[in-house]
Amino acid sequence: MLEVKDIHLQRGRTPVLRGLDLAVGAGEVAALIGANGAGKTSTLMALSGLLPVASGSATLAGPDGPIDITRSDPAALVAAGLIHCPEGRQVFAQLSVEENLRLGAYLNRDAARIAELRDRAFDLFPILAERRHLPAGGLSGGEQMMLAVARALMAEPRVLLLDEPSLGLAPQVTETIFDTLRDLNRQQGMTLLVVEQNAMLALEIAHRGFVMQDGRIVHSGSGAELLGDAALLEAYLGVSA
Amino acid sequence: MSDYVIQQVINGLSLGSLYALVAIGFSLIYGVVRLVNFAHGDLMMIGSFITLGLVASGYTPWVVVPLVVMFGGFLAGGMIERVAFRSIRGAPMITGFIVTLSVSVALQNLGLMVLGPQPRNFSFPALFRERISLGTADIAIIDLTIPAAAIVLALVLTLFIRRTRLGIAMRAVSENMLAARLMGISLDRIVFLAFGLGGALAAIAGLFWGGKFGQIDPLMGLVPGLKAFVATIIGGVGSVGGALLGGYVLGFAEIAFVGFLPPEYSGYRDAFVFALLILILLVRPQGLLGRDEEERA
Repeated sequence: MLEVKDIHLQRGRTPVLRGLDLAVGAGEVAALIGANGAGKTSTLMALSGLLPVASGSATLAGPDGPIDITRSDPAALVAAGLIHCPEGRQVFAQLSVEENLRLGAYLNRDAARIAELRDRAFDLFPILAERRHLPAGGLSGGEQMMLAVARALMAEPRVLLLDEPSLGLAPQVTETIFDTLRDLNRQQGMTLLVVEQNAMLALEIAHRGFVMQDGRIVHSGSGAELLGDAALLEAYLGVSA
Repeated sequence: MSDYVIQQVINGLSLGSLYALVAIGFSLIYGVVRLVNFAHGDLMMIGSFITLGLVASGYTPWVVVPLVVMFGGFLAGGMIERVAFRSIRGAPMITGFIVTLSVSVALQNLGLMVLGPQPRNFSFPALFRERISLGTADIAIIDLTIPAAAIVLALVLTLFIRRTRLGIAMRAVSENMLAARLMGISLDRIVFLAFGLGGALAAIAGLFWGGKFGQIDPLMGLVPGLKAFVATIIGGVGSVGGALLGGYVLGFAEIAFVGFLPPEYSGYRDAFVFALLILILLVRPQGLLGRDEEERA
């Protein structure tokens, strides 16, 4: 579904990605883990077209053949079903919950379909229905995260990129979010690429895990394999399992 | 109220509406790209000369002319953005400052070259020049037309920004460009739209300016443009309401200075206007309706 080969990327003069390889199959959940500054967020920004890559290839399987991510702008990738739910939630604080959701389906011109998607989002996170007319900035951190996920789902993603969905959230909310993600994958076959500081959490729902350090993948394996490799987790993530 | 006071109030409303129409564009453009566009006032000049051109061509159904002028202003505003400002998007603010100032000087000099420096008489439509009696006060029709048009346009724009897909997208871009791009919103399109809408409002203000004062010239946009900028700051950047309020505060203050102070002071009206700006900013640095930056975060 998503195939990345030997990507190099610089931010300013600093090389951030140095030969990144990554492959996520259709219907898979992949976890991208690694310490701070390993290049996880940059990877997602490159995949959604926000950052230009210097060299290498990245392709998204599309309904009409592969799409070259490195030559596409974010809007084209959104249209192709690649949706990026960014770090720090980034909800539109001054816009209402409902307007945020409306923007999630910005490229969709079918009003009936948008209403259907919105109702589905409200079913998924009922608290959002209660708060639909409030500005998103007035929501709690957990509610904002739900809104960010719901907004991403409004675009009907085939591939969903999530950056740190657990960041700064209470364990209970984190659990809700991850349960939702797992269900989306199992019930709708949605392909997920999740970046997480909390490696254990991400690996638990992941079919495949990638460990990142200094802008490249240093280790990969099934979620269960990585979870069971205490030495690896300790070495790269400072987690004592 | 004496007739004199009524006349001055209508004058203030009319002048304030012109400032407000230009100020809304300033605010819209700043909101979307954080660019203080000093070339914005010159779109008034472009609007008034489009009107003059239409009148000269002999084709002047009064409903069509304002629409053509606004469409022309929309295209001019959008094209200026496309040609001059798109490549500096995201550059430091000071760069934007200098580029907009350069564009303003370029437009004015282009006007001087093509149209010549001498002021032109402007009498569109003839009906505007007529006066009616309101009670015992004698009012120019145009001074009633301008506020009515300004309010209608501000309402339409507000509805557009509040309710439509593009309007919501515009607010999203204004708040968080990165997240807006992740929604699939094309920045180029939204920024073009903001400049276009601002241009349309400034152009129609140019038509009214000519109609009210009876003369236009290629440099006419400079001072009203600066004052509309002052109005934007007074009202608080970032909302249509703030721009309106700023426009009217400025319009009334200016008319009050001229109308109620001894005549020998009236030559200093601009000094009063800018002193008022300083005074208001000393008390409310964020403008009358502006929010604190912290609140926005």
